[in-house]
Amino acid sequence: MSERVGTQGLLFNEPLLWERGSRGRSGMSLPRADVEPAPVYEDLIGNGPDIPDLSEPEVVRHYTRLSQWNFGIDSNMYPLGSCTMKYNPKTNEKQAARSGFAGAHPLLPSELSQGALQLMAELEQYLAEITGLDAATLQPAAGAQGELTGMLIMHAWFKHHDDRRSKIIVPDTAHGTNPASAALCGYRAVPAASGPDGILETAVIDRLMDDETAGIMITNPNTLGFFEENIKAIAQTVHRHGGLVYCDGANMNALMGIVDLAAAGVDILHLNLHKTFSTPHGGGGPGSGPVLVRKKLEPFLPVPRVIPDGKGWRLSDDFPLSIGKIHAFQGNFGVMVKAYSYIRSMGADLKRASQLAVLNANYLKERLKGVLHLPYDRPCMHECVFTDALQQPHGITTLEMAKRLMDYGFHPPTVYFPLVVKGALMMEPTETESRDDIDRFVEALEAVAKEAAESPELLREAPHVCKTERLDETEAARNPRLTG
Amino acid sequence: MRYLPHTDDDISTMLRVTGADSINDFFTVVPEELRRPSEMALPDALTEWELNDRMAALSNANTGATDFLSFMGAGSYDHHIPETVPFLAGRSEFATSYTPYQPELSQGTLQAMYEYQTLVARLTGMEIANASMYDGASALAEAILMALRITKKNTVAVSAAVHPFYRQVVRTYVEPTGCSVLELPVLESGRTDLSTLASSANCAVAALQSPNLFGCVEDLPTAARIIHDQGGLLAASFTEPVAFGLYRPPGDDGADVACGEGQSLGIPRSFGGPGVGIFCTRSRYVRSMPGRLVGKTRDRSGKRGFVLTLATREQHIRRERATSNICTNSSLCALSSAVYLASLGGSGLRRLAKLNYDKTEYLKRNLSEAGWTMPFTSPTFNEFVARVPRGDAEEVHRGLREKGILAGVPLGRWYPDLRDCLLLCVTETATREDMDRLVSEVRS
Repeated sequence: MSERVGTQGLLFNEPLLWERGSRGRSGMSLPRADVEPAPVYEDLIGNGPDIPDLSEPEVVRHYTRLSQWNFGIDSNMYPLGSCTMKYNPKTNEKQAARSGFAGAHPLLPSELSQGALQLMAELEQYLAEITGLDAATLQPAAGAQGELTGMLIMHAWFKHHDDRRSKIIVPDTAHGTNPASAALCGYRAVPAASGPDGILETAVIDRLMDDETAGIMITNPNTLGFFEENIKAIAQTVHRHGGLVYCDGANMNALMGIVDLAAAGVDILHLNLHKTFSTPHGGGGPGSGPVLVRKKLEPFLPVPRVIPDGKGWRLSDDFPLSIGKIHAFQGNFGVMVKAYSYIRSMGADLKRASQLAVLNANYLKERLKGVLHLPYDRPCMHECVFTDALQQPHGITTLEMAKRLMDYGFHPPTVYFPLVVKGALMMEPTETESRDDIDRFVEALEAVAKEAAESPELLREAPHVCKTERLDETEAARNPRLTG
Repeated sequence: MRYLPHTDDDISTMLRVTGADSINDFFTVVPEELRRPSEMALPDALTEWELNDRMAALSNANTGATDFLSFMGAGSYDHHIPETVPFLAGRSEFATSYTPYQPELSQGTLQAMYEYQTLVARLTGMEIANASMYDGASALAEAILMALRITKKNTVAVSAAVHPFYRQVVRTYVEPTGCSVLELPVLESGRTDLSTLASSANCAVAALQSPNLFGCVEDLPTAARIIHDQGGLLAASFTEPVAFGLYRPPGDDGADVACGEGQSLGIPRSFGGPGVGIFCTRSRYVRSMPGRLVGKTRDRSGKRGFVLTLATREQHIRRERATSNICTNSSLCALSSAVYLASLGGSGLRRLAKLNYDKTEYLKRNLSEAGWTMPFTSPTFNEFVARVPRGDAEEVHRGLREKGILAGVPLGRWYPDLRDCLLLCVTETATREDMDRLVSEVRS
């Protein structure tokens, strides 16, 4: 085995922010007072918030130390399934920080914001080209808000056609947020079980789809990492009953330049710019979840929309069938700049990215077969799912292997998801991992599997070299302490 | 491509291991009729230097961001951002991590979010906060959905002085629930008319913004008393949290939810996003509130640590019965706002808020002397409505634009009665000379 990458360096202890500082310190320069103090309305005045006063060096040391307790994609492979933790290019950050972008007020007159509007219009065109759909909105601020937008469009479509529908089909291999997004639009989720190959069978949808059902929320590739081969026939069934097909495109990283989702019968699709298009996750956002639709649904997209105006562009609210607004302004423009910058840097290599993402996942799957139990032994797309069935006889579970993997310097895969696989470990290497790094990850899991058989207590007590030992999540939920 | 590490050797070795002849073999599962007939029509890949040129050209075409003296606010504010904020939030251990599902590898994000929750709860005078929402508008929409769940009533009252875009987002979120939205009109003072609220027994929530769109500080204690008598909740929205450095925060005035936009706290305007939706409430609503929560706990050796908690409210477990569908939020922007608040400190925030107030009063005074009038009498923070003496505010705005000044936001597009009014904003970034320049152009 090559040298283990996970090791222990010097980590610092660091108190809570308000355990530092001293009243009267300041970490920020304030402008000089160049006007006279004005009288205030005493009955409205507060005492001022109880926020600690720190100097600039204290602030820097505090957050630097905190950052060192974190693991990012820049640290090592981060194979969280369905999260597409690919490398986040550094040039994208520079582009978004340009003063013309970062300093732009959202209500600037259109003639003074042509650069931003053009960037948005071009990004919409690129995303339409990449997916095969016709029109886009960039307004949703995250994938789940994109899902909600998709469901609102569906809801508005049926309302416009005076057609009340109460249910929606959600396969057991769909993303976790799907049923909650549907519920916000008043749709009851009807679960559909995937077949023995891990994909949906046409007959199941034939049985479930009816005129009361708005359509289906299908994740493709699904959360088992398989392409839904029957999607076209399923879409035809849904369409025959007047329904619509919503596709969760969080896993688009497998399909760029390869699949035409319009040809597959998809009517509405959301993307995650913070997955497929390389923008950083930021420890949980900000993301961006554009929604793409077929032509007939375009009138329902959120406003404002970027439209051509003579030689330039402007924002327009003049779409009477629109679902309205879902973000205060135009969405997470700063994230759009980064995705635009990525697409322009990649060009036709986006297809190569998808091909290599799929190659990496299949390579990882072959290498780990036998180390871990593979419930569906067939070629996968961008991710693959294993279980802890081989370790269970030693009393070792997925959670314990995940925690031990940290000691080897890797972020664990997504665990216990999808729910359809018991004890799942869902792995998505992405295209930016090299063969060498995947090999090291495999070696780490081989070592963990060996320990599971020979010294299981090492796993039960893991992690050993992180900032903390295993944390008591039950206690946190029983007695929530959310502020200090 | 520099992001793709595979050499031809790597690829052939890997294919050999998988037993495939070519990468295309993996895609044989895709039926022929679903494959793209041709390559994607995208522009050719740019080198890093060509990309810089392209992006500089687009950025420079946003002349409004850089070439004008601006008095624009209306939900997006120009405050100084200390260099420490982008520097620290940009540290790649923070920026390139995912949602902290594995707490032992994410203590940095988790402690920072626990501190953020604490700071914004203290700032708004509330007991608890979540780890952020997308923006101020969706935070208000989620507050209203939460009130509907808690009270089981079916009407929501929203002040007409709430930012018009926020009201639009609320309508979008509420529409599928079938609940009705009652709009509370605005009084001559610029505050919300609360008289209809007292007779609305089915009201789940009264949503007010303070300071409101016109910059006026609302009478939240009275609104709280009226809505609480009806068994509803008070949701206090805000777009300018710096105001709470000076004015009493919504938690002290009886709000059940304080929710709003945190962009003012160290986040660039970025054409409207990303910002951060701040969401704070009372402890008794902890199990009904939307969004991710970070909680304090201990590890096996008794050491303090932090975890995501109360996930049973979320979609992973209860799926359809989740309190919200929010998953990714605005964590890195929440971190930025925490670094900003830490840099400013309580004392700094007080001084900054007073500076914003003083400068705004200076401009008000000088514009009045120049013949403009202020239609609303209520106290304001760093924004106010000014009526132009003659003609249409759009025209005046256009005229000043030719002089290199963005004189706020004309209000006619949202409030036809106010088409002769501008909404002007002054923060600490405006110098006395800047304001004098505006006033002298107005006089001429």
